[in-house]
Amino acid sequence: MNSMILKLVGLALLACVPLTGESFYVELAAKTLVLAIFAMSLDLLVGFTGLVSFGHAAYFGVAAYAVALLSPKYEAASLWYVLPASIGLSALAALVVGLFVLRTKGIYFIMVTLAFAQLAFFVFHDTPLGGGSDGIYLNVKPTAEIAGWVPFDLDNATHLYYFILGALVVVYAFLARILQSPFGRVLVGIKSNEHRMQSMGYLTFRYKLAAFTLAGGLGGIAGFLYAVVFGFVTPELLSWHQSGNVLLMVILGGMGNLVGAVAGAFVFTGMQEVFGNWTKHWQLVMGCVIVAAVLFMPGGLSAVPARIKRALQGGGSNE
Amino acid sequence: MSEVINPGLAASVQAASAGEVLLVADRITRRFGGLVANQDVCVTLPRGKVHVLLGPNGAGKSTCINMLSGDLPPSEGTIRFMGKDITALTAAQRSQVGIGRSYQRTNIFPKFTVLENVRLAAQSRRQQPWRIFSTAMKQQWALDKARACIEEAGLGAKVDWVAGVLSHGEQRQLEIAMVLATDAQVMLLDEPLAGMGSDESARMVEVLKRLKPTRAILLVEHDMDAVFAVADTITVMVNGQVLESGPPEQIKASVAVQQAYLGQEDSFHV
Repeated sequence: MNSMILKLVGLALLACVPLTGESFYVELAAKTLVLAIFAMSLDLLVGFTGLVSFGHAAYFGVAAYAVALLSPKYEAASLWYVLPASIGLSALAALVVGLFVLRTKGIYFIMVTLAFAQLAFFVFHDTPLGGGSDGIYLNVKPTAEIAGWVPFDLDNATHLYYFILGALVVVYAFLARILQSPFGRVLVGIKSNEHRMQSMGYLTFRYKLAAFTLAGGLGGIAGFLYAVVFGFVTPELLSWHQSGNVLLMVILGGMGNLVGAVAGAFVFTGMQEVFGNWTKHWQLVMGCVIVAAVLFMPGGLSAVPARIKRALQGGGSNE
Repeated sequence: MSEVINPGLAASVQAASAGEVLLVADRITRRFGGLVANQDVCVTLPRGKVHVLLGPNGAGKSTCINMLSGDLPPSEGTIRFMGKDITALTAAQRSQVGIGRSYQRTNIFPKFTVLENVRLAAQSRRQQPWRIFSTAMKQQWALDKARACIEEAGLGAKVDWVAGVLSHGEQRQLEIAMVLATDAQVMLLDEPLAGMGSDESARMVEVLKRLKPTRAILLVEHDMDAVFAVADTITVMVNGQVLESGPPEQIKASVAVQQAYLGQEDSFHV
């Protein structure tokens, strides 16, 4: 129950951001929420199924490009068409890639997911489809209009922010729900001991493929939102930096913890902003912080409350 | 995405009468490079019988079990289950038709509770992966099944313990509970008593006796008291080959077996 209260407090704080009226911070928070959704989708693979994907940006990018490509050049596309379409396309991409990469394990899996993401990167970078390294502008944001009625307006920064916050809650609830299901338990079992799951009669490949596809589709939600927030897409969205960043968010937050993934996204973008203001060598500082975090904070941010509690109760460390 | 490979076959096995042969390995051979780990091994497992595999370390007992369970493909030979050739089936598919196994080196989910370990085993019999919005802990049938199997294996007092902190012997009991929960008709048990105290061993022998009438059991075991308490057939393996196979009295009296075990008398008190 305590954790439920904490989550609601966190959600309330996030809901207050637009009240500040500072458009810079609203956009920064919106971008971070998008990355938080992205990080949660990756956590399904890394933290819960034990599949360390180093190419998750591909599905983010596919959905982002899908919005830009499916939208007419000078008028608004319907949100109710482009959102499901871009999610579907990224899930489809993940399904196809999953059929190949899930035949590998460990370091090979990491490398092959990266290779497929690079492949996707060059498809958008080097073919007429993606508009080259400059990418494509999304001139008009999708409209939420249903038969003349417009429930909200994505051109309005506040509306867009709450739409993204709503998406975050939905994705969180969805993942939390399926992790409680027999399906979710099988995924966690696969992470713990895939061999034993097989000897108990689970065709683990199918479960992993389902998880990979789901994660791709959820990553697609993040990619869609990113394109809508920024109004343009570039091949950089599919680059390995992007895959690496989201992996770092998951690790910082603590793998296998959805709230941790959200926290990881906030700390990561927070550090980017703070160190970026200090020095142009911000990536060096950030790298040091991440190394320190991995060394001294095993379990990531989500393990911090328990560590504090233990320190207060025990006074000593008997791990 | 139904996970039951062949429900008809599984059902027919449930209905098979005692004494009927469930699993037959016909001259299975396994080579690792130049090493022949198993050569032309034949094993027949009828329902209602316990078949014990004996032999010194390195004789190929685990390799044999691995081939029967699908963990290792045989280099040659066929494996039939209820008359059907299952040589090409994977371990998961063999589990689905009704072949269950335990491992010599404990193979559990160390971070899960005892209940969750066994519940996952029970859930494997009725997989409904598309029901992603149901709640695993509300599937009463799986929980009941898991609790009953845990009780049967003698771990009733530790249902909510994290498996990784159990003693070695208790983890062996957990392995048995997991095999039980999969309703395996053929049970391949690789040294289930290793590391158990005498109380637990006696308890497991009772469990084996209780299971025996309805299952076909292959047992690899070094505890000779237990072996002779439950065995109907004993096959002695040496250097990957079957040295002799027959009823316990025949094996006890066998000169060849005595000779093979010379120098290993400590581990083979007949």
